[in-house]
Amino acid sequence: MADKKDTILELKNVVYSFKTYGGEVKAVRDVSFDVRAGEVLGIVGESGCGKSVTAQCILRLNPEPPGFFEGGEIIYKGEDILKMDNKAIRKIRGGEIGFVFQDPMTSLNPTMKVGKQIMEVFVGREGHTKEEIKQKALEIMKLVGISDTEKRFNQYPHELSGGMKQRIMIAIALVSRPSVIICDEPTTSLDVTIEAQILELLLELRETLGTSIIMITHDLGVIAKICDRVVVMYGGKIVEKGTAREIYYETAHPYTSGLMHSIARLETNRGEKLHPIEGTPPDLFAPPVGCPFAARCDYCMDVCNKLPPEEYKLSDEHMTRCWLQHEMAPDTEFKRTKGEAK
Amino acid sequence: MTIVFFLTRLMPGEPFTNPKLTPQVIENMTKYYGFDKPLIVQYFQYLGNLLHGDFGFSMKYTNKTVNYIIGQTFPFSADLGIRALCLAISFGLVLGILAARKRGTKIDFFCVIIAIIGTSIPDFIMGALLQYFFGIKWGLLPVALYKGFEYTILPATALAFYTLASVSRIMRASMLEVTSQDYIKTARSKGLSEARITVKHQIRNAIMPVMTILGPTVASVLTGTFVIEAIFAIPGMGKYYVESVNNNDYSMILGMTVFYGIFLVTANLIVDILYGVADPRVRIGKK
Repeated sequence: MADKKDTILELKNVVYSFKTYGGEVKAVRDVSFDVRAGEVLGIVGESGCGKSVTAQCILRLNPEPPGFFEGGEIIYKGEDILKMDNKAIRKIRGGEIGFVFQDPMTSLNPTMKVGKQIMEVFVGREGHTKEEIKQKALEIMKLVGISDTEKRFNQYPHELSGGMKQRIMIAIALVSRPSVIICDEPTTSLDVTIEAQILELLLELRETLGTSIIMITHDLGVIAKICDRVVVMYGGKIVEKGTAREIYYETAHPYTSGLMHSIARLETNRGEKLHPIEGTPPDLFAPPVGCPFAARCDYCMDVCNKLPPEEYKLSDEHMTRCWLQHEMAPDTEFKRTKGEAK
Repeated sequence: MTIVFFLTRLMPGEPFTNPKLTPQVIENMTKYYGFDKPLIVQYFQYLGNLLHGDFGFSMKYTNKTVNYIIGQTFPFSADLGIRALCLAISFGLVLGILAARKRGTKIDFFCVIIAIIGTSIPDFIMGALLQYFFGIKWGLLPVALYKGFEYTILPATALAFYTLASVSRIMRASMLEVTSQDYIKTARSKGLSEARITVKHQIRNAIMPVMTILGPTVASVLTGTFVIEAIFAIPGMGKYYVESVNNNDYSMILGMTVFYGIFLVTANLIVDILYGVADPRVRIGKK
C-alpha cells in the first residue's frame, strides 16, 4: 500500500537508557526506522523489549531524568527533535504528533470534562477562537464515532465506558490534525469486540485524514489486520523489519517466527500445545554481548553468543539481524540470502 | 453528648467546693440546679433545655449562662482560628506544591525542614519562641493580648504552624503521586506547559487528601486552643473549656462539648460537600 512515499519521521541509531540505582538500563539500543506519509507502521515485541520507550522517545515523554539519550537522531520533517528546546517540542506534541496511550481508564484526567480535555490541545497554539476550537472538538468526537457529542462533551471520564474513553483519547490525539499518531497498545485493555471497532476506526481515520500511524503492540493479530510495515523488537534492538507480507511469509528471524507460533489459532487442534518461546527476555542492565535472543533461540550457534549479528538486507524493505543469514550458516528455513551483509 | 453527660457526673468531686459555703447554702444550690433528682430525670431535663438552645447556667460564674460565655469568647477564638487557617492552608499548599515541583532541590529541602519543624515542635514552645524573638528581642510585635491586627500575627502564626506543616507535607506527597499518573503523561503529550499541567491537572487531583484532614482541624482550630490562648492571654474559648473541667462545672463542660461537636460535624459536612466540588466522581444523583 505504502510504496516509497515521503518519509515524515525518521529514527536514526537511537540509543536511550535509564539511570537507576542498580546501574544503567539500556532500554533502546541502536534503533532506526522511518515512518512514511499515510502508512501504518507496526512495532511488535514482548513486554520490556523497549517498544514503548522507543515510542515515547519520539515525543520525549520519558521521564528525564532518569532517562537520557545516549545517541542518535529523530528527524521530523527535516528537523532533529532531540536538538529542539522545550517550546519547540511542545509544538510538536499534540500539534504535529499525537499520542494514544495504553490504558484509557487512567489516561484521562478524572476531574476534567472530556470536552475540555480535547480542547486543551489548542492551549498555547494561536489562530483559533474558543468557539472554533469547540466546533473542532465536537467534530472530531463525531469522527471517532461518538454519538450525542454535545452531551458527551460535558461528561467526566468516569461516566464513559472503556471503549468510549479510548475514542476520546484518539480524539485528543487527532483533534489538531497531526501528521503522525503514535498508538501505544491502544487496545490491550479493551475487550475484543471493542478492539476490532477501534482498529477499524484507526484505519478509517487514516483514510479520511491521511494520518500516519505508529502502532505499538505485542499482538501479531493486530499487526496482520492493519499494518503496512512492521518492526520487530527484541531486547531493545530491532531484530527484523519489513513489509507485513515479508514478515509473515518470508520470516527471516527465529524470534519473529517464535512470536507467530505462540499465537492460538482457530485451526489449532484440540490437545495440540501452543509453542511458547521458552525463557525470559535478556537482562537490560547487562545486555548480552552477542545476539540478545541467543539464549532462547533454537538455532543458536557459537557465534551468536560472541558477536552481535550484522544487518542483512533481504529486499528493499526487509532487514534482519541474525547470524543465520551469514554465508557460512547452515541452511535453515530462515536463510534468505546468499549471505552478503549490508 | 450522652456519654459526656454521664461521665461528668461520674467524676469525683462536687461543683460547690468553696469552703465558705455553709451546708445549708449547698443544699439550696443543689436543689436549685436539680441535682437532688435522679440522674435520668436530670438527663432528660437537660435534653429538653438543649432543644431550645439553652445550655443552662454556669456553676462557676453563677450569674452567666453558658450561652453567654460562648458568645463572649467564641468570636476571639474564631477570629484567631480563621486567620491561622488562612495562613496554614495558603502557605501549606504553596509550599507543598513548590516542594513537589522542585523535587530534590534546595526549595524542596527547605519545605521539608519547615514541615518537620512544624510537626515536631509543640505549639507552646513555638508560641514562646515567637514571643521571645519577635516580641521581646526584636520588639517588632506585641507579645500578648488581643487588641488589633498586629496583636493577631504571633498567635495566628503559632497556631497555624502545625496545620501548615501537615498540609504542606500531605500536599507534597499527593502531588508527587499524581505526577506519576498516566493522565499527566497525556497532558504532556498534548503539548501543555509544565505550569499549566500543575495548575489544571495536578492540583485539583492532589488536593483531596488535604481536604480530608481539614475537617477536624478546622473545628479544633476555630473553637480555640487552650495553650495558645493561655500563652498569648487571649480571652478565647479554650481557657473556659479546660477550666470548666477542673471546676466540675457540669453545664459548661456539656455546653462546650456540644458546641464543639456541632462545629466538628458542620466542618466535616462542608468538607464532604467540597469533595463533590473538587471531584466529580463523588457527586451523586445529578442528571
